[in-house]
Amino acid sequence: MNDTLILAIESSCDETAASVVKNGREVLSNVISSQIELHTLYGGVVPEIASRKHIEKINQVIEQALSDAGCTLDDLSAIGVTYGPGLVGALLVGVAEAKAIAYAKKLPLVGVHHIEGHVSANYIENPDLEPPFLCLIVSGGHTHLVIVKDYGEFEILGRTRDDAAGEAFDKVARAIGLGYPGGPKVDRLAKEGNPEAIVFPKGKLGDNPYDFSFSGVKSAVLNYLNHAQMTGEEINRADLAASFQKSVVDVLVEHTMLAAQDYGMKKIAIAGGVASNGALRSAMEQACREHGYRFYRPSPILCTDNAAMIGCAAYYEYRKGTRHGWDLNAIPNLRLGER
Amino acid sequence: MKILSLDSSGNVASVAVLDDRSLIAEYTINHKKTHSQTLLPMLDEIVRMTELDLGTIDAIAVAAGPGSFTGLRIGSATAKGLGLALKKPLIGVPTVAAMACNLWNTPGLICPIMDARRNQVYTGIYRFTDGKLETVEDQMAVGIGELITNLNGRKEPVTFLGDGVPVFENQIRETMQVPFSFAPQHQNRQRAGSVAWLGMQYYMEGKTETAAEHRPDYLRVSQAERERAAREKKKAGEDPSVLTCPGDAV
Repeated sequence: MNDTLILAIESSCDETAASVVKNGREVLSNVISSQIELHTLYGGVVPEIASRKHIEKINQVIEQALSDAGCTLDDLSAIGVTYGPGLVGALLVGVAEAKAIAYAKKLPLVGVHHIEGHVSANYIENPDLEPPFLCLIVSGGHTHLVIVKDYGEFEILGRTRDDAAGEAFDKVARAIGLGYPGGPKVDRLAKEGNPEAIVFPKGKLGDNPYDFSFSGVKSAVLNYLNHAQMTGEEINRADLAASFQKSVVDVLVEHTMLAAQDYGMKKIAIAGGVASNGALRSAMEQACREHGYRFYRPSPILCTDNAAMIGCAAYYEYRKGTRHGWDLNAIPNLRLGER
Repeated sequence: MKILSLDSSGNVASVAVLDDRSLIAEYTINHKKTHSQTLLPMLDEIVRMTELDLGTIDAIAVAAGPGSFTGLRIGSATAKGLGLALKKPLIGVPTVAAMACNLWNTPGLICPIMDARRNQVYTGIYRFTDGKLETVEDQMAVGIGELITNLNGRKEPVTFLGDGVPVFENQIRETMQVPFSFAPQHQNRQRAGSVAWLGMQYYMEGKTETAAEHRPDYLRVSQAERERAAREKKKAGEDPSVLTCPGDAV
């Protein structure tokens, strides 16, 4: 059988990325041009600036990915591209670029759901992992608990009702003066703090036991800060970070374990930017060990937005026959499992 | 020589192929659909209808700004992708200068105006001399009142075109003191044929760039950068209202 080589392009937020993936799971190159430093000045991602940077970098990133992989466009089987969800202006750069390349080289075009990409990051380093499995997807924009029934087929069990988990990290980080991006900074500071120091509420929702809510804990942190400020009380930021993080991680792990039990899932994976959080990784690993489940998580480099995961997801879509037309548009609020 | 051209800088989406002798194809749509959905299917239609082998193109010309930021990037990313895949150079053509070429050899001044919001227009002032486009004022973002004052000082007849015309027509009629006219429907919006024609002149002058180098010329920084610069000025004790950024006032 001939090898299937896919060039994948990802530009949904603030990373311009391209990758060449062989047969779905072998990453030949994984180039990421990050804009984080630029957006730090503004305390968050500025969509217009992100879009401008994408267009300045995209050809160089693609050419680097091809050269790192030691191949040319003529060796490819298809082009994969993230077409949602994400920032529309940012997505459009990758989508227009991918369509033009695919058109000019007469290659099939496969549009990929960004979250499907994050889930697929788990396949890359775990050759034995195959659906079905339970996956917790946590990032700055998403919090989903899903059963991956087959490649590209999902049953959504739970989702956040308000803030995404990563969003709560960013907001708390800003409130305690850590700046952007909040996740890694809270994670680092929390290592020096006592997670039992302050008890913050855990968001519980009555009707769906798998749904999440993080606005409550975020508000509790902000109230705690306000109160301390008014009474002139000294705050231990490390304790605060550790306690907040524990409250979020506990809920993520509890809901995942509950769903695993209810649906009889023995394989548990995590995905998305927050999946690189140290506390979440170790708490989930421990819970899985206690329950006798297999635990899968991508390396931190594959948790962040990257194109290798998009190439992996594109491969399975390509094998299923998914093809997109030259009118493919960016869909900023694309739902999981929709196309 | 053969030039493929794209313009998605405004409401119009337009694709054309031009060689030394004729305009082989031009496909222009002025409708609501997003450029992301129209531009490449339009190119595909041209390729099929004219049995065009994309490999025979010498360069890709693209309306490089000013214009709608997102529209510019769709055209730009499409051109960059084609350039990368076909290994062809790009020609960034100023949107407004290309529009002036709709009115080749029209006597007097030619003034394309695009609605730039915030009561401004993207514009430039041009004239044809012996069939060659001359730039009288380079493209800029400027208040419509300031533009009219500029034109009145030049004592020459002016032809306006562009999507700024319906927006500012009353003000133009009321305050222009020199003879003026408005271009008719078939000449008053972006046309990729004009982008290709001007692009071909640029190509012959060696004004090309690689697909990797190309980026749009927005004439304006982003709102976040503008606001941040204003905050910095305020912090430094300067008056933020005198802030000018590229294109905000010329």
